[in-house]
Amino acid sequence: MLDQLSQKLQTIFRNLRGEGKLSPDHIEQALREIRLALLEADVNFKVVKQFIERIKVRALGQEVMESLSPSHQVIKIVRDELVETLGGTSPRLNFSAKLPSVFLIVGLQGSGKTTSTGKLARWLNRNGHRSYLVSIDVYRPAAREQLSIIAREVDVSVYAGEGVDDPLKLCREALREAGNSGYDVLLIDTAGRLHIDEQLMQELRKVKELANPSEILFVADAMTGQDAVKSAQEFHNQLGLTGVILTKLDGDARGGAALSIKTVTGQPIKFVGVGEKYDALELFHPDRLVSRILGMGDVLSLIEKAEEAIDHKKALEFEKKLRSDSFTLEDFRDQLRQMRKLGPLEQILSMLPQVGPFKELTKVKVDEKELLHIEAIINSMTPKERNHHQIINGSRRKRIARGSGTSVQQVNQLLKQYVQARKMMKQVGSGIFGKRFGRMKLPDLG
Amino acid sequence: MQTLFGPQEKGFFSKLKEAVASTRSHLVTKIEDVVKGKKEIDAELLDDLEAILIGADLGVETSNEVLEKIRNQVSRKQINDPTQLKFLVKDELKRILDSTDGRVLDKEVAGTRVIMVVGVNGVGKTTTIGKLANLYRQKEKKVVVCAADTFRAAAIEQLEIWGRRAGVDIIRQKTGADPSAVLFDAITASKSRAIDILIVDTAGRLHTKNNLMGELEKMKRIAGREIPGAPHEVLLVIDATTGQNGLVQAREFTRSVGVSGIILAKLDGTAKGGIVVAIARDLKIPIQYVGVGEKVDDLIQFSSEHYINSLFE
Ligand SMILES: Nc1nc2c(ncn2[C@@H]2O[C@H](COP(=O)(O)OP(=O)(O)OP(=O)(O)O)[C@@H](O)[C@H]2O)c(=O)[nH]1
Ligand SMILES: Nc1nc2c(ncn2[C@@H]2O[C@H](COP(=O)(O)OP(=O)(O)OP(=O)(O)O)[C@@H](O)[C@H]2O)c(=O)[nH]1
Ligand SMILES: [Mg+2]
Ligand SMILES: [Mg+2]
Repeated sequence: MLDQLSQKLQTIFRNLRGEGKLSPDHIEQALREIRLALLEADVNFKVVKQFIERIKVRALGQEVMESLSPSHQVIKIVRDELVETLGGTSPRLNFSAKLPSVFLIVGLQGSGKTTSTGKLARWLNRNGHRSYLVSIDVYRPAAREQLSIIAREVDVSVYAGEGVDDPLKLCREALREAGNSGYDVLLIDTAGRLHIDEQLMQELRKVKELANPSEILFVADAMTGQDAVKSAQEFHNQLGLTGVILTKLDGDARGGAALSIKTVTGQPIKFVGVGEKYDALELFHPDRLVSRILGMGDVLSLIEKAEEAIDHKKALEFEKKLRSDSFTLEDFRDQLRQMRKLGPLEQILSMLPQVGPFKELTKVKVDEKELLHIEAIINSMTPKERNHHQIINGSRRKRIARGSGTSVQQVNQLLKQYVQARKMMKQVGSGIFGKRFGRMKLPDLG
Repeated sequence: MQTLFGPQEKGFFSKLKEAVASTRSHLVTKIEDVVKGKKEIDAELLDDLEAILIGADLGVETSNEVLEKIRNQVSRKQINDPTQLKFLVKDELKRILDSTDGRVLDKEVAGTRVIMVVGVNGVGKTTTIGKLANLYRQKEKKVVVCAADTFRAAAIEQLEIWGRRAGVDIIRQKTGADPSAVLFDAITASKSRAIDILIVDTAGRLHTKNNLMGELEKMKRIAGREIPGAPHEVLLVIDATTGQNGLVQAREFTRSVGVSGIILAKLDGTAKGGIVVAIARDLKIPIQYVGVGEKVDDLIQFSSEHYINSLFE
């Protein structure tokens, strides 16, 4: 499943080279694939339709970029648009002037409200707040016990309200208690409910009126399908949501529901839940979720990084040199340096999807120290040696080893790898990243 | 009059109607909208139909398979009357839902029948167990529930309350205990008390967590070691709001512990639960019950025939 999209797009655009613009035809084909990818990721089909329209407008007439293959260019447009849609508004939490600030946690049954309430309280306290908890879920068996146990585990106080089973009364009492004891945030955990349950939705409206929350957070399960638009829309209509917590992202759901929810409510995703433990709460990063929705690892950010880091003139030179078989150790060193501008190599490799040609590559352990050694060795050579590796004989090797603080064996190994690399690089045509990236491929240094 | 999940369980009718009203009105009116105003079946009509199926969470592949069949018939000119469309869709969905393996539910066994209930987090396992226990007890069975979710806060207390509601005993240990040890206790108790049905609650777990799936496999092994043939059923609870991940859940839980049936919970909302069609199509696992609320009797036996009929009545 992973990375199918980019492969399909590459097929579509294979014949595009030489054309100045992304043609409507190619774009239509590409959009069809993108549409499928989004549907498979559970983005609501109406949301997909709108989204595709926007992409079309953006893509049509775009100059074909020098630096990216057409398929990656389209992916980039999609990615940018998705990041804009999912990000955009500020994910900051709102607090009220009058203490305590009230956060109301709402959502469908089993979405993760109680767990998220505990996680959020823990997070707040670690960020200098004094939070207080109350569960007004008087319906589900052991719901209030659940929050009390969680509260104990995250070391946050909870209003138990023993003997009280009216949600509004619980609310009022917890508010009073929070005020008296100087807590600055009161988090209210509510019972799971269906958006079509009029009675229970009305209950929430009353709670809102009473507690005047500065945050009404909708807790949504990342595995949700097409229905996300309906539930989120209705919760938003009735309560005026201020944000979303997307839970259970530690699984393998693509999380397209987030796009649906953001589109219909306009409210930012503020946190994501990534586990059952109470520290498994993270701030939301739109770019990560986008990669996930498109099923492409972090290949997207890699494209962008590569774009920034690669000196295209240099890349062209490399290519010429490779063709003419004059790729020297000096070039090798330059290339290493360029590569390093992308960041630690292991991090780069880990951004690749675990599929296809990358599968093995992502497992490679890269020793950053070894890279430094290689550079040191090349630095210790004379320009003549760098340009004509054949002349590096035994005594030169000894000198180079001494100069670079390495051993003769290490120098030998580098030279051997360099010769192999030259051979290999000649064979590398256009790599999986399209022309530019193919040239960036490093030989196996391990 | 036909109902969704089987006729004539008195008192259930209005509940059934309510539960599926959204599903039915959505799918049927949409198709009827599509069908009216159009004289011949054209590409646009089929596109609209695709949106309907995908909107019900059947997924791209399953929806396309259904539509492909219809497209073929249209292009072979076997049909050109748009009103036939819904019958074709209905037939095709029914064919898929009926292609599952036979029911193993309610098969009599000599000693204790062990039912393990599994699924990802928060789908409705514990609640469903309360309802199931109630259902069996009403059938004069001796039922015990086993609190093998020793992980989640207050999971044991929750099951205890459900046990009380259903009028069945619970076997439990402390939070944090080894789930297999609790299961062993429950099996031992069931044998000595001549229990008919032992229903095992398990902690919610994402199928991507190898260690947790391993824990489930171990429980299954223990059950089989103590009672040959056990667990007799492994029921996977799927939340009706679940999208395409539901198929992955079914596949992975099947690979790990061999799912024998699906329970589709929370169908009383507006979600359609269409992923179970994809599950039936790809994995041939039958849907056995449907959850339609949070009360003890909000569980209905599933019938594909009535399910589909009522969509199109
Ligand atoms: N893997 C994972 N599980 C989670 C996450 N958040 C919550 N859960 C689990 O999801 C299940 C339901 O969580 P709860 O917090 O009880 O959900 P709720 O919304 O309060 O449920 P109701 O009150 O019954 O509506 C529990 O098993 C939690 O441990 C998450 O981010 N990742
Ligand atoms: N509306 C509706 N709610 C349901 C249904 N089944 C379960 N629920 C609710 O869904 C929520 C989660 O149910 P649980 O039974 O706790 O789910 P679980 O799978 O045991 O959860 P974990 O053990 O935390 O993984 C609770 O609020 C239940 O009341 C149903 O058929 N309809
Ligand atoms: Mg809760
Ligand atoms: Mg449970």
